[in-house]
Amino acid sequence: MTIKITPKTTRNILRWTTHVGSLLPLALLLWDFWAGQLGPNPIQALTIRTGDTAVTLLLLSLAVTPLNIVFGWKQILPLRKPLGLYAFLYVVTHFLIFTWLDYGLNVPLIVDEVVNKRFALVGFAAFLLLIPLAVTSTKWAMRKLGKNWKRLHQTVYAIGILAIIHYVWAVKTVTTKPFVFTIILVLLLVVRIKPIKQSLISLRRNWEKRSVRQASSTI
Amino acid sequence: MLIKTKKGLEIPSSEITPKYLYESRRQFMKGVATLAAGSLLAACSPQFGGAGAEEETAVSSDQSTTQSTNTAGKANATADELGDPLNSYQDITNFNNYYEFTQDKQGVASAAAGYQTTPWEVEISGMVNNPGVFGVEDLLSQFDQEERVYRLRCVEGWSMVIPWNGFPLRKLLELVEPTSTAKYVRFETVYDPDNMPGQKSPWFTWPYVEGLTVDEAMNDLTLLATGLYGEQLLPQNGAPIRLVVPWKYGFKNIKSIVKIELTDTQPTSLWMEAAPNEYGFYANVNPNVDHPRWSQATERRIGELSRRPTLMFNGYEEQVANLYEGIDLQENF
Repeated sequence: MTIKITPKTTRNILRWTTHVGSLLPLALLLWDFWAGQLGPNPIQALTIRTGDTAVTLLLLSLAVTPLNIVFGWKQILPLRKPLGLYAFLYVVTHFLIFTWLDYGLNVPLIVDEVVNKRFALVGFAAFLLLIPLAVTSTKWAMRKLGKNWKRLHQTVYAIGILAIIHYVWAVKTVTTKPFVFTIILVLLLVVRIKPIKQSLISLRRNWEKRSVRQASSTI
Repeated sequence: MLIKTKKGLEIPSSEITPKYLYESRRQFMKGVATLAAGSLLAACSPQFGGAGAEEETAVSSDQSTTQSTNTAGKANATADELGDPLNSYQDITNFNNYYEFTQDKQGVASAAAGYQTTPWEVEISGMVNNPGVFGVEDLLSQFDQEERVYRLRCVEGWSMVIPWNGFPLRKLLELVEPTSTAKYVRFETVYDPDNMPGQKSPWFTWPYVEGLTVDEAMNDLTLLATGLYGEQLLPQNGAPIRLVVPWKYGFKNIKSIVKIELTDTQPTSLWMEAAPNEYGFYANVNPNVDHPRWSQATERRIGELSRRPTLMFNGYEEQVANLYEGIDLQENF
């Protein structure tokens, strides 16, 4: 007996991969924390790992639409929401580690760092801007906000830029990894520009038509 | 005016010879080449990378294991002059910034394991009366190796207390006699991209270069370190010989030195080259001069959970503030 992969199974596989994949870094982090494997500077390790995961998930959620544009993968569109929400989960954790574990909720120190130092400032701005998006991620809010929902959620592009700047500024100087992340973000944003988006879509449609024609001519 | 000298700040030379020195001397007397002694020591040194947690719990009769867990005994001091305890040998040898090997601080120990540092020569050239090439063994036998407990403050915002073994750079400079025209000392790390994969990274100008003014270099605090905790330096800590300038940010402490040049022009360090507006020539620890992107007001001592305030000149103000009289530290960061 052969197992037939219905659109529904594909959807389920994608969904569960997203949930497991997004929670795995957190599970590993808790495991290392519990096992005392975070190394000599555990708070820095926690900060870096939650930050890394947050940026990665944010880029993945921003990659969903471009992947649909270029390859026509409609099945992955529902992943945008969980990816974005998981990114928010890691951002909140990252922020709590910074304010609570790292700075011991020392308000003057935190304010000085967040207001006066551009590195923490851009990260904090990205966090604040993410809150309304997380709050309005429900179907109910979507209905309620109507057209404005899309407008509101387009701030994620600005959030992506802020997050990447925060990441680049966190390292002593730019090297391969922050550079690659920046390039990826630029590509993901460029694909969304209308004329580029349209030409990519028509390119894909032409290619699909041609392959259909070829397939029918060989029969 | 009464000039007070804090207790312990006079930094007495250690009465006790570091273990790696008397061991190598005994080996020498037995007629075994120092080279063999070096490699033997390296072979006995603890294993790194991931083994940390196991090592602490494992009960083993293996000598290398006992060595790595029971190292505190090998430093004569147990704290710095401010009363802060030494960081463990385990932490000092497993949390390193050494971009020549990897940018992952916890990965340096394993990436650098087995790096060959014997034989090793340091070339001293430029504006000196007695230029020359010195074998590290010669430097070890020529100068008394003292124990110096110094705080190390990384520009990233963490710090450690480390019991170094070594000798003041001043002693070496007195031997080679800088000419009156010499104003700066330029240091260079070994360039060995085949064995130091990080040196293939196009983001930096290799080899690593650092510099001091001659006055800074002649300060008694400025150390050429060859060991820590009475053990020969491990590759991840800059074996076999590295600079330690405790009142400056960690990146000034150039590792695995092969060249020292006296010059009249200010050397451009690797970090100055990479980001001139962020990393200056002086790089003195200063809580009032922030990095353009982050604060330098506080730091985390490795092993502690809360932050502590960063001290002016990393707590060595009394010994070095006079070097910067009339210099704007905000401008000359």
